[in-house]
Amino acid sequence: MGTTRKAQLLQGNQACSLAALEAGVRFYAGYPITPSTEIAEFMARELPKIGGKFIQMEDELAGMGAVVGASLTGVKALTATSGPGFSLKQENIGFAAMAEIPCVIVNVQRMGPSTGGPTAPAQGDLMQARWGTHGDHPVIALSPASVLEAYTLTIKAVNFSEKFRVPVIFLMDEVIGHMREKVVLPDRDELEIVERKRPTVSPEEYKPYAADESGIPAMADFGQGYRWHVTGLNHDQTGNPTGKTAVLEKELSRLFHKLEPYREEITLYQTFQVEDAEYLLISFGCSARSSLAAVEILRKQGIKAGLLQLQTIWPFPDQVIKEFTTDKKGVFVVEMNAGQLCLEVQRTMQNRKLLNSITKINGELFTPQEIVNKVKEAVNNA
Amino acid sequence: MAVVFERPKSLKETKFHYCPGCHHGIIHRLVAEVIDELKLQEKTIAILPVGCAVLGYEYFDVDCIEAAHGRAPAVATGVKRCRPETFVFTYQGDGDLASIGTAEIIHAAARGENISVIYVNNAIYGMTGGQMAPTTLLGQKTTTSPQGRKAELTGYPLRVCEMLATLQGVTYLERTSVHDPKHVRKTKKAIKEAFQVQLAGKGFALVEVLSACPTNWRMSPERALDFVKNQMINYYPLGVFKSLEEVE
Ligand SMILES: Cc1ncc(C[n+]2csc(CCOP(=O)(O)OP(=O)(O)O)c2C)c(N)n1
Ligand code: SF4
Repeated sequence: MGTTRKAQLLQGNQACSLAALEAGVRFYAGYPITPSTEIAEFMARELPKIGGKFIQMEDELAGMGAVVGASLTGVKALTATSGPGFSLKQENIGFAAMAEIPCVIVNVQRMGPSTGGPTAPAQGDLMQARWGTHGDHPVIALSPASVLEAYTLTIKAVNFSEKFRVPVIFLMDEVIGHMREKVVLPDRDELEIVERKRPTVSPEEYKPYAADESGIPAMADFGQGYRWHVTGLNHDQTGNPTGKTAVLEKELSRLFHKLEPYREEITLYQTFQVEDAEYLLISFGCSARSSLAAVEILRKQGIKAGLLQLQTIWPFPDQVIKEFTTDKKGVFVVEMNAGQLCLEVQRTMQNRKLLNSITKINGELFTPQEIVNKVKEAVNNA
Repeated sequence: MAVVFERPKSLKETKFHYCPGCHHGIIHRLVAEVIDELKLQEKTIAILPVGCAVLGYEYFDVDCIEAAHGRAPAVATGVKRCRPETFVFTYQGDGDLASIGTAEIIHAAARGENISVIYVNNAIYGMTGGQMAPTTLLGQKTTTSPQGRKAELTGYPLRVCEMLATLQGVTYLERTSVHDPKHVRKTKKAIKEAFQVQLAGKGFALVEVLSACPTNWRMSPERALDFVKNQMINYYPLGVFKSLEEVE
């Protein structure tokens, strides 16, 4: 994959912003909050130059509402925030999930709960990304572990949201958001940019929630002559509210399961030295970086360790976990929260006795040595 | 020798962390002086914002609750309704009060909640590094209005006192400034008036204090004073918008 682009020093939040523009995002609405504010500031500078729209709203609820409105007119829309703002956005994230409105919500995680630690890294919003808004709903969450991934995965995030008509949560963390790294971005013509499926039928025939075999209905831009109804209420294929249980059973089931056939396509991950590994570390985001360094130290000390770095967190990659955890002597889930990812791994794993949780919730990064010590402790006790 | 000037009892010994030329420190001091003079220290509950004054607990020697961003008036409502004998004030920036917390302040005012509000309007988001506030003046450059605020894009700066003056539940409203000693004294008087409204059980009172943020305005403290005096007061006229006499 040769690239002609020059090496540059980029911050994670910048890389995410650049990628959003590259992926076709032309609308940003949000409310400033550390450690995500650089994204809003970037958009305020850059979007107007390319005919896009930036607006700072009165709060995160309104920011998310504006994103929903923009997306309904056919414009790719994104917002960025952190924990306290992510909590406020949940109302309209649910609306977007229910009404199947593509949008990307960047959450540069900081310490929680509540106001927590504005500049302290954490990965505590994992479950909130999945279940933050009420009711059974589909959602995708991706998480980058480097500045380059902040770029490449943001493009994936926009693409997934457009293709599957679902809100995509882009789970960064303070370290990845604020870190600067030398990166060489992929060539523009190598990027795959997805557009949402638009109706091919006449306005009279158009049913906004009638899906073909893909399970994903075509979406007409508002203001283009296709009159359709959007609601957070239970609705039928016309988009109009309904209380008919048989219809709801069918429609809500399609909604909840619509990502199933695409699990493989959506599941993104990286592996490091897993081929001959006896001990597997599973991690994501900034913790994956410390984990990778730990793997190298462990190898030098004669312990065959490997790393599975999850880039897709939701839908949870059950298959991948199963595949890589079988035959291991020990599995270690490394995360900066109280063990949220570990619970999911536990649900998926055959032999739970081999599972170890390595967590940290004090706002400080893992040092590789800390992870090494925990792994060795378990190895020696086994 | 007689002591003629000292630290108010309601202010702790801690040195202010605020930037040089910031007005939060002056306003903190005035609030503390009034608390002392009205002998309220032991019954005061301060509801602090998310914003630069999030660290108010370091300075105010009273009970402090730091609410989530914008929610201070709602938290104050719960406190005051359950403990009407306490003295409850919120201290909020313009992002906190006039942006994310607009619903809370309007409804606390409309209910005639018996609380006092110190509203510090510095026309910018200080804590998060200088983004546009709803109060940012037209033409003013911020990190999210890099070309200067334009009415076509973001409308006009919000005048909170004028807006709240239309609400029947409100008893006292005044806008002041602390850009010179005369106005500092006037601000203290306004704060005292507002606090007395609550003590008399007469309902909602708010004092808006125009305030400088030299750091994020990218100005020297001296130029920032000029900006308050010549630009801010121009758009945000000082004065009493509603008073007890008017209400009674
Ligand atoms: C829900 C939520 N959104 C955003 C923030 C980030 N935030 C912290 S302070 C602040 C604005 C502060 O500005 P202002 O209220 O004007 O006070 P100042 O710092 O200028 O005194 C913002 C947006 C937050 N803490 N919580
Ligand atoms: S950033 Fe502005 S409001 Fe905050 S302490 Fe400094 S001068 Fe004051």
